[in-house]
Amino acid sequence: MKPKANDVILHTVTKLAAIIIFTFSIDLFWAGHHFPGGGFIGGLTTAAGIVLLYLSFDIESIQRNLPIDYKKMAAIGVLIAVFTGLAGMFYGDNFLEQTFGYFDLPVFGETELATAVLFDVGVALAVIGTAITIITSISEDEL
Amino acid sequence: MNNLLIFPVILPLIAGLIFILLPKQIRLQRLLAIITLAIVTGISILIMNQVSANGTQTLQLGGWQAPFGIGLVADMFAILLVLTTSVVAFCCILFSFQTIGRNRENHYFHSLFLFLITGVNGSFLTGDLFNLYVFFEVLLLASYVLVSLGGQKKQLRETMKYVIINILSSAFFLIGIAYMYRVTGTLNLAHISVRIAESGQDGFITTVAILFLLVFGIKAGLFLFYWLPGSYSAPPAAISAVFAALLTKVGIYAIIRMFTLIFYHEPEVTHLFIGILAALTLILGGIGAVGYWDINKILTYNVIIGTGFILAGIAAFTESGTLGSIYYLINDMIVKSLIFLIGGVIIYLTGTSNLKEMSGLIRNHPYLGWMFFIAALSLIGIPPLGGFIGKIFITRGAFEAGYFWLGAIGLIVSLMILYSIFKIFMNAFWGETIISEDEEKGTTKGVMIPIVFLTVLTIGLGLGAELINGYVELAVDGLLNPQMYIDAVFGGNEIP
Repeated sequence: MKPKANDVILHTVTKLAAIIIFTFSIDLFWAGHHFPGGGFIGGLTTAAGIVLLYLSFDIESIQRNLPIDYKKMAAIGVLIAVFTGLAGMFYGDNFLEQTFGYFDLPVFGETELATAVLFDVGVALAVIGTAITIITSISEDEL
Repeated sequence: MNNLLIFPVILPLIAGLIFILLPKQIRLQRLLAIITLAIVTGISILIMNQVSANGTQTLQLGGWQAPFGIGLVADMFAILLVLTTSVVAFCCILFSFQTIGRNRENHYFHSLFLFLITGVNGSFLTGDLFNLYVFFEVLLLASYVLVSLGGQKKQLRETMKYVIINILSSAFFLIGIAYMYRVTGTLNLAHISVRIAESGQDGFITTVAILFLLVFGIKAGLFLFYWLPGSYSAPPAAISAVFAALLTKVGIYAIIRMFTLIFYHEPEVTHLFIGILAALTLILGGIGAVGYWDINKILTYNVIIGTGFILAGIAAFTESGTLGSIYYLINDMIVKSLIFLIGGVIIYLTGTSNLKEMSGLIRNHPYLGWMFFIAALSLIGIPPLGGFIGKIFITRGAFEAGYFWLGAIGLIVSLMILYSIFKIFMNAFWGETIISEDEEKGTTKGVMIPIVFLTVLTIGLGLGAELINGYVELAVDGLLNPQMYIDAVFGGNEIP
């Protein structure tokens, strides 16, 4: 039997770092509409966080705690993106046409809400799903 | 603005994605795939009639006007190819139900097939150079998996070659796009055309044009086809039929689009070069088709010959030549898928692709044999079948343009096609029946419907040429007058 690795430091740092990475990725995602950021790099940083978890713990325990089928996640992401594109057509606009408006929300005050966010949610899910699927499949050593 | 244009691209995409969510429901996947392709066929016919009534249709995605946004453009040429693609894909997926095997179906065969169609339709419809690259990648990624799916030793070996050559050509494609953007400052095809017409096609732009010819030539199997016979004969019949019918045609479409819309100013350089490459392709493909005794190899060399013919018509760059190219292109898509499907059935029945080990199939399978005969005649170009019209106009175009050598090579290579295809017919169907029905390794049950359908189509294309001639002539008009395409894209807006 292999001796158990002494990885207390790695685990502790990973737990902290993962939270920071996930928070940062959400911030990047929201920044996307007017500033550098958006669904693609938001999704990529989220995927980076998940990969860090995979690296420091092991694939089985992460999949027990995050039971997500990433292939399906990618498909759902692209479907969301395509259907937000279709939504514009029901109002007689072009495919992929987006709209936005200003709403008075409690807590946030006057806030700009844009349908492009829904498209970006789809992009983010697709990117996370694809990135994790690629990394987990090349990490399997059996060919 | 015409939102119908997006459906040939996104309907297969949506269906393919739904299949990923329902990986175990194979029956439902088959049904949905058939319905999706049937709807896409219907929509293509609808768009075709709109184009013929109201001229070229465009859709500016997201409402961003050209040249700032990315648009889809359906001129008659593009939509004819989308329609043919949908019909061929419909037949091939029908054929795949009986032949592809449950194992491949469990590994996302249907999703990948529909993603491939997404890429093909997208490449035909897009009006943006970079978007063309993206759709090329979509169809290539799907095709990489389809070639290797199944994991036989031969498939993996051919996949390596296929992937490497295509990644290389995609890299050159990107370099070409970068040059184009550097020179013209735009990636919208219509806008590039306007800019180059203003500044004139100097030596540098002609060099970029040759670079694009190299890139699309690799994909189309024009001269640089050495990877093609191997990788097209590795996968099962349903997949290789789609590859033969559609993948090289996307490359041909891109060559035709680039050299009629953008690089049409120096035909004595670029089009002559296309003509020389087409002639070499014809000769080398013909020698390959005559030389082999393996059904798969003979048929794939015929794909290469087809590429040579179509581009010979474009090289002539006259009205007859272009008309012939479009007829030949449409018929070639139908007949190549037909003949690959029949070739696949022969291999399933006998369990071998070596012609010397088979004989006398016509006794037990007369319909299959005679349909192969019809397909062969159509491929060679015997009237009144579909291949005849294309070939006669291409030859006439080549003679009109003064390329007598090109027309002559075309006619000689036709004889080589005749020899190679009848080699299959004589050896596989005629002669003494050496295997009885009980000894056959497969059945023709359930695979005859798509074959019959495609046979009827190629006969109809010849006999009913009068009916579709109006559409094809509109397509020729569009190709010879780039201004029509440009006007449709900009729709009266000021061109910046």
